[in-house]
Amino acid sequence: MEMYISPEYEVVRDHDRCIACRVCERQCANGVHTFDADSGRMVADSAKCVNCHRCVCLCPTHALKIVKSEDTYKHNANWDNRTINEIYKQANSGGVLLSSMGNPNPYPIFWDKLLINASQVTNPSIDPLREPMETRLWLGKRSAKVERDARGKLKNTLAPQLRLEVPILFSAMSYGSISYNAHESLARAAEELGTYYNTGEGGLHRDFYRFPNTIVQVASGRFGVFKDYLEHAAAIEIKMGQGAKPGIGGHLPGAKITEDVAETRMIPQGSDAISPAPHHDIYSIEDLRQLVCSLKEATDYKKPVIVKVAAVHNAAAIASGIARSGADIIAIDGFRGGTGAAPTRIRDNVGIPIELALAQVDQRLREEGIRDEVSIIAGGSIRSSADVVKAIALGADACYIGTAALLALGCHLCRSCQSGLCNWGIATQRPDLVKRLNPDIGYKRLVNLVTAWKHEIEEMMGGMGINSIEALRGNRLMLRGIGLNDRELGLLGVRYAGENM
Amino acid sequence: MVIHAAGMHYKALNDAVRRCGGDVVIEGCIGQRYLGTALEGRRLTVNGTPGNALGAYLNGGVIRVNGNVQEATGDTMNAGEICVAGSAGDATGYAMRGGRIFIEGDAGYRCGIHIKAYQDNKPAIVIGGRAGSFLGEYHAGGIIIVLGLGAGDGPIVGNFCGTGMHGGEIYLRGTSLPPRLPAQVRAERTTLSDEAAALVTDWCERFGHDARELLDAPYLRLTPDDHNPYRRMYVAN
Repeated sequence: MEMYISPEYEVVRDHDRCIACRVCERQCANGVHTFDADSGRMVADSAKCVNCHRCVCLCPTHALKIVKSEDTYKHNANWDNRTINEIYKQANSGGVLLSSMGNPNPYPIFWDKLLINASQVTNPSIDPLREPMETRLWLGKRSAKVERDARGKLKNTLAPQLRLEVPILFSAMSYGSISYNAHESLARAAEELGTYYNTGEGGLHRDFYRFPNTIVQVASGRFGVFKDYLEHAAAIEIKMGQGAKPGIGGHLPGAKITEDVAETRMIPQGSDAISPAPHHDIYSIEDLRQLVCSLKEATDYKKPVIVKVAAVHNAAAIASGIARSGADIIAIDGFRGGTGAAPTRIRDNVGIPIELALAQVDQRLREEGIRDEVSIIAGGSIRSSADVVKAIALGADACYIGTAALLALGCHLCRSCQSGLCNWGIATQRPDLVKRLNPDIGYKRLVNLVTAWKHEIEEMMGGMGINSIEALRGNRLMLRGIGLNDRELGLLGVRYAGENM
Repeated sequence: MVIHAAGMHYKALNDAVRRCGGDVVIEGCIGQRYLGTALEGRRLTVNGTPGNALGAYLNGGVIRVNGNVQEATGDTMNAGEICVAGSAGDATGYAMRGGRIFIEGDAGYRCGIHIKAYQDNKPAIVIGGRAGSFLGEYHAGGIIIVLGLGAGDGPIVGNFCGTGMHGGEIYLRGTSLPPRLPAQVRAERTTLSDEAAALVTDWCERFGHDARELLDAPYLRLTPDDHNPYRRMYVAN
């Protein structure tokens, strides 16, 4: 017996407006819309709808909307519809529940309980439209011994640095999980913005060797990792973990390993691409140091090495180890970070919020006197320029954005990436769908988004009387908490709103 | 060019190897790490014992070690050859994508994890002695051969050989099944394929062994029973 599960969302069509032009039918890779020749009308099968809003956006007469279904089981605060349906799905199939994008559950969002300061009367605020405002920063190891040559001149002993014009980078998304056109959009936008995009663990397509703003990733599967890949990178990121699925690896199903994806990952076409949960050559900080050092040897010590970890319970101790591993930058990914696919139970239950992890990591590294050994990038999930400002005040040097960047490209967070049928041409490898995302337009939208955020960041900095982003880093006096308990305030290292210095 | 490595820090030694454009012989190697990283089109001969991660990202270079090697030899190797006249530590050939590793003696735990074939690249590891547990875990393509010389009557590989294997093949000399073989690994009694025989012949040439006996012996060939092992594991939510 297969238990029927009624659709969560319904497609509602206004037949007075519908002209049966069949755009919706052509646009839906899930096959929701069909033309009924007998009645001369369009019909919809809501059971196939993932609520991606592609048809809604492209309907020329605005005849469509998607609404939450009113069909419901008997109300129960413990056994809600979603929980019951998940049981039915598993009883039907025996499968592990698989979800996409970030944790959607109503956990506390600490960004929304932090408020930013502004100057009044004393320490005048600054108008960024009239006065210089510095959002440029460098990521890398800042500790360096002062050494002089025979003539007494300073030697440059500084470790390699990444120069960013704005404290925002595009986070790792692999070719395979997202499309060629999505990657091209990210790469071009990063170049124009003076920041970086990240290949994720799926290798670097040769067409993108021309971009100088590429961070390449080395994950447990080591897909596409070889000399040319490392040499075309501005920085190398070792992926130890991901916020959406801490502690587990990844499986890109064979169906998504098209010819081009296979070539970029350097694996056979159609065979599953499996990333083991751990790097089996890394069981300790010493082993991690070995990978950091071998990557530096392979690239002649010219590129910073980033180590990315998921925000988990002992994040501060882990970061302390990483800071001593020789890495230049630590990236911390919070439990609301996105993913192309993750087991639902892992995504929704494992890991901790980035706000708490970030504050604790920064605090710990300061206490141990090693904060300057590394820069910190915070991600998962940064939703706005205000989140960026708050993250920097909590101790980040810069922020990774992933979901926000995909939204700029057209994503509507239907959370169905795992199907490979993304109607917006982002999380798909089907050529007819990929071409819907025009990189000429996509990159411009990303540039628009980050440029707008940069203006907003400058406005907020100016309001605080701060004219350099680096002066905001770890400046927790610029934050106050609202609706937080004492323990939360203590972990975040901020005072309650209304409390004076 | 000959470099005497005694007392040298690995950075200085690797820098000297990098700066020298041609073939290099390292004498008196004593644990220096990362030798021959991403080496291309050159020969490196090491007399002594190199440290961890010898020949990581090797990209066409040829490394000969007269001595034992330690952990993570040939990590993420892309092309070329590493030949060890001795035994190897753990995690040899991790995530290797091409090229060949010949070990005269034994290999430690987790040898050949996640090796993978790609177009013309087909990684190969030939181990003269025994191999530890987790040999060929996540094997995704390429070939591993264990000859088991000097193993006596005991098993020539440790537990869990080929766990998570989803491509490629493993040849084990002899006819007895390895201990705790995972369910998704298929084993058949056979003789060496032409490709495997050529590798064994090359191994014999490098270490001066007689090939005849090894080529005529019976072998167990391990292959995965599915290239998409997780296809039916998930349900969309």
